[in-house]
Amino acid sequence: MTAASAVSAAGFLTKEMRKQIEEITGRYPTRRSAIMPSLFLAQEKYGYLSDEVLLEVAGVLDVPEIWVYEVATFYTMFNTEPVGRFHIKLCTNVSCLLLEAGSLLSHLERQLGVMCGETTEDGFFTLSVVECLGSCDTAPMMQINETYYENLSAEEIDQILEGLKAQADDDARTVEPGDGGQEGAPA
Amino acid sequence: MTEKVLLKNAETPDSHGIGAYEASGGYQALATVLRDYQPDELIELVKDSGLKGRGGAGFATGVKWSFVPKDPALKKYLCCNADEGEPGTFKDRAIMEKDPHQMIEGMILCAYAIGAETAYIYIRGEYTLSAKRLEAALKEAYDKGYLGQRILSSDVSLDIYVHRGAGAYICGEETALIESLEGRRGQPRLKPPFPAIEGLYASPTVVNNVETLACVPHIVTRGAEWFRGIGSESSPGPKLYCLSGHVRKPGLYELPMGIPLRELVEEHAGGARPGRKIKAVIPGGVSAPMIPETGLDVRMDFESLAATDTMLGSAGVIVIDDNDCIVRVITRIIEFFAHESCGKCSPCREGLIWAVKILRRLENGEGKEGDLEQLDFLCEGIFGNTFCALGDGAAWGLRRALQHFRDEFVSHVEKKECPFH
Repeated sequence: MTAASAVSAAGFLTKEMRKQIEEITGRYPTRRSAIMPSLFLAQEKYGYLSDEVLLEVAGVLDVPEIWVYEVATFYTMFNTEPVGRFHIKLCTNVSCLLLEAGSLLSHLERQLGVMCGETTEDGFFTLSVVECLGSCDTAPMMQINETYYENLSAEEIDQILEGLKAQADDDARTVEPGDGGQEGAPA
Repeated sequence: MTEKVLLKNAETPDSHGIGAYEASGGYQALATVLRDYQPDELIELVKDSGLKGRGGAGFATGVKWSFVPKDPALKKYLCCNADEGEPGTFKDRAIMEKDPHQMIEGMILCAYAIGAETAYIYIRGEYTLSAKRLEAALKEAYDKGYLGQRILSSDVSLDIYVHRGAGAYICGEETALIESLEGRRGQPRLKPPFPAIEGLYASPTVVNNVETLACVPHIVTRGAEWFRGIGSESSPGPKLYCLSGHVRKPGLYELPMGIPLRELVEEHAGGARPGRKIKAVIPGGVSAPMIPETGLDVRMDFESLAATDTMLGSAGVIVIDDNDCIVRVITRIIEFFAHESCGKCSPCREGLIWAVKILRRLENGEGKEGDLEQLDFLCEGIFGNTFCALGDGAAWGLRRALQHFRDEFVSHVEKKECPFH
């Protein structure tokens, strides 16, 4: 038994995910081409790609572990470390720079109490800077998880952060079923 | 007012759906081609139109298609390059979000011309809305019989799959895109062999940009002569221009190829903001060297911009006004290229990091005598000495900034501070 197949028995990839990966491999003449889509699938579920997940993907695709590892570490969108529930990606490339994305970065760092590249203690927010996201006519802009926020100002950023915190608090109250019907009720 | 071609549906409700596309004449080009054209005739039509690739390099599209071997025993591939990552560029995103069927129909036509039965859309990973719209549009096209087996009851078949990139700018380079699609790190290959001979999975492959493919159905429907009648003689057709930076009306503008840059910036995008003057303009994404204000009368086509030692590139036009600092801007550009260098060639990998160190020093008021000469030397060492155009673009842009705005650089060294910040 190889190391990869031993780990795959631990089961990070659900039956449904394995089925999806098999479907994906059908799109390409080689199983290697399915590495990137499989990593996206795993990251969607776990938020980041642990070594265990990488080994299991290699096992399912039946490709050498190094092939998966080199892809996971080359592409910046694959997180090999855990990230917060809301991953803030502020564009600082030229069009955003010209409209003072730099001061928005300082503002975000102040409001969140973390430096760029760090995650808040409560695990809600990770702050990153990214290269151009193709929204230059609405600069300055940022992406949080998948959503674009455009034409930003410091005040708007404060409102967005408050909205996300409120959403996280609401969700925290609704995740526990059977707590006397208090779902979504004000604290 | 100029007739809109590529953006003609952009403002209609549900413009991304197949209903809106068909209502505006969509997929009629496909029916016409399958009925009336042999593959070679379609290639000739695209050659006659004079269409040049809108991804940046400006290579003649029909000629590129004609390089694919005709041997029916060889499997061929089409890749749509939707890895739009050139800073200052957001035109392909607009097509994919607002009118994706235009590009899909262009892909089916291209696949027919080159004999490909499998095609991939390599889309940058951050464009999640575009990817969703494409997936939905592909499903609609399959349901209507425009994709899959025996398209419109012909003996032509095609499958198209969406493949998401994951944040590497270099994958916009066609051989790096192919490497990435094969499941590897995105590192460019040495050319030749060119992809048309040996590309994806070592098979003949055409890689075309989103906007390029979106032009093709219009060429079929309205003819090569109509297409040649728009824009300049050597670079015909409609063009999407992305305006950003210090202008009053940033946005996406569809205008003919060859429009003067000054007209684009001052009339269409409203010119500089109140009380400011334009200092420089980047005409084609950050790989294209900036032009000082005095050079704005240049026409926006491949040949005119090349003649002034810059390029049309992706037509990502970034305007910089007199209140900002050229050293700050070029520092950010070289930081970008240093970050996105794939690491394969040492002139690019090492040279750009070295240049960033010097540029940051200048901007922080810690510049030393000899720093500018060292930058000149680095540009020479990188340009022309790398596998792909990433290192070239970086060194070219830096060299031209150093030439056009030498005084500003010198002032950073002499005053030991940035005069602007």
